[in-house]
Amino acid sequence: MNPISFLTQMIRIAVPYLFAASGGVIAERSGIISLSLEGYMLTGAFSATLGAHYSGSAWIGVLAGMFGGLIFGLIHAVASIRYRADQVVTGIAINLLAIGVTRFFLKLAFASSSNSPRVAGFGGNINAHGFDNPLLWMGLLVAPVLAFLVYRTPFGLRVRAVGEHPAAASSLGIKTSLVQYVAVAISGILAALGGVFLALDQHQFTDQMTAGRGFIAVAAVIFGRWDPVRAALACLLFAAAETLQIQLQGNQLIPSQFIEMIPYALTIIALAGVVGRAVPPAALGKAAE
Amino acid sequence: MSSRFRENIEEALFPPLVALLVALICGDLLIMSYGQSPAIVYRLLLEGTWGNAYGFGQVLYKATTLIFTGLAVSLGIRAGLFNVGAESQLAAGGFLAALLGLALSPSMPGILAVFLCIIAAIIGGAIVGAIPGWLKVRFGAHEVIVTIMLNFIVLALLNYIVAAKLHVPETLHTPEIGNGGLARLESFIPAFHGSAANLTIVVALIAAALTWIYLFKSRRGYEMRAVGLQPEAAEYGGVNVGATWMRAMVLSGAIAGLGGINYVLGYKYYYEEGFAGGSGFLGIAVALVGRNHPLGVVLAALFFATLSQGGLAIHAFVPKQMVEVLQGVVILAVAMSVPEVRAALRRARKPATA
Repeated sequence: MNPISFLTQMIRIAVPYLFAASGGVIAERSGIISLSLEGYMLTGAFSATLGAHYSGSAWIGVLAGMFGGLIFGLIHAVASIRYRADQVVTGIAINLLAIGVTRFFLKLAFASSSNSPRVAGFGGNINAHGFDNPLLWMGLLVAPVLAFLVYRTPFGLRVRAVGEHPAAASSLGIKTSLVQYVAVAISGILAALGGVFLALDQHQFTDQMTAGRGFIAVAAVIFGRWDPVRAALACLLFAAAETLQIQLQGNQLIPSQFIEMIPYALTIIALAGVVGRAVPPAALGKAAE
Repeated sequence: MSSRFRENIEEALFPPLVALLVALICGDLLIMSYGQSPAIVYRLLLEGTWGNAYGFGQVLYKATTLIFTGLAVSLGIRAGLFNVGAESQLAAGGFLAALLGLALSPSMPGILAVFLCIIAAIIGGAIVGAIPGWLKVRFGAHEVIVTIMLNFIVLALLNYIVAAKLHVPETLHTPEIGNGGLARLESFIPAFHGSAANLTIVVALIAAALTWIYLFKSRRGYEMRAVGLQPEAAEYGGVNVGATWMRAMVLSGAIAGLGGINYVLGYKYYYEEGFAGGSGFLGIAVALVGRNHPLGVVLAALFFATLSQGGLAIHAFVPKQMVEVLQGVVILAVAMSVPEVRAALRRARKPATA
């Protein structure tokens, strides 16, 4: 196995996870459960394809994808914060809604139930191995930037305060629901960029192209104990396992299904506290009164 | 007493009605975006589902699986647990039923084989439900995340077993079981000809009735609801919260697993990769819309089954994916209106009682 090709493939697999897990971290640190990452990614991928198709520009596609994620993030935010709906239920509803909406508009816009036509995108230079894609570099930078935002800025302090103890935050004059709205909106945009990367890397949208990646990101958030950098490392770890599976194909040492299980099994082990307990933000899932 | 009953009914009925209204409006917009007339499309949807015996049979078939997953989710919620794992519990139940069906001798009396396969399905689901129950009670691991993660693990494991050991070449399914099949409804009512509806619907209705008796008429069910409302208070009242949670997860998994027989014993007579396809997640919607009451679950299952079968009926005019959008809209609208309706009703009642 060639270490360079292993590393490049691992990074390309990791980028969608890196975006989505960062989205998950910021929303959950503000106290809002994010099982909807998969839905944001799928909407992001589809809106980006629409944008790139009608404008002919990949960058307009990126903006459209971010907008799609923002809309779905705001739906989750309004349902969870304004209407105090059960956040697990809304998260799952967002995922179902995203599948339905993307399929319906795929049919409406492109008269297809499986994929869009080829659209503008990034990369394509074989020798660059995908590293000529600006979104890939953004994906690698998103975790350190988020860590700075969460730990070094007043906004980050507010997010953490609201996620740990909303009543105390509120008594200090922090508008808790405003902080949560912004955090969930950022979460929708970030996770959507993961889907945008997929669509513009492949230059098209295919039905359900995110294929459960949003749930791997959820696993990474928990395995990374709600910390931006640790979550990013978890994404790289999960991507490494996946790369190993792809590169070992043909060599039947470990069946691929067992490699698929790794992120989920590690997350359960982390939750059960066998190797250091994963403790969520204290007010996660509790709607403010 | 009767006014309390009326209040409960109001709190239960308003959110689904609000959701239905919102869904109808969204449906209108989607239909018109496709340049069709909402009235015609809605009429087609009803004619293709409740308007003919075949369509109605398909609704019954689809509702059957949803009754099981809906009951499973709602039983968990009554105990204060959110079981998001109905998807893999259903698959595991269907898998064990098929496995036993394959192993049983074809000369065994059919009724005994069916009985054994049903037990196998219950055990399959119960095992998958027991794992998150144990992890919660023993380590405090949150059941939502564990059941989601377990969905992927269990489905990958079953896919591996089928792909590596059991599948018919060129397919993703096991061979047909020689014994243990359940009769189709068409063999009693010929009008159902061609539809997949089968005797599992009877099992589903029995399961709903038993769940009701268990939850509302038995001591264990009372304890379960007490734990669901306020675990600390229940503990103080002498209820073993851990054991109750464990019991709830095992039962919830068992009910979901039992749902696997609808496809495996009643329709295809084999286990196929992906047969559960979304029924577990829709079970959450069914439990939510059915307000976690067995009767509500049965009605909500019929509603969601009508939507999904209705999608096929309107496909010539509007893409069937429209109903997937509407499903999402209904879930969101119900989830958003439950706390809202409760608060509004309480406000409205206050002056009357004061």
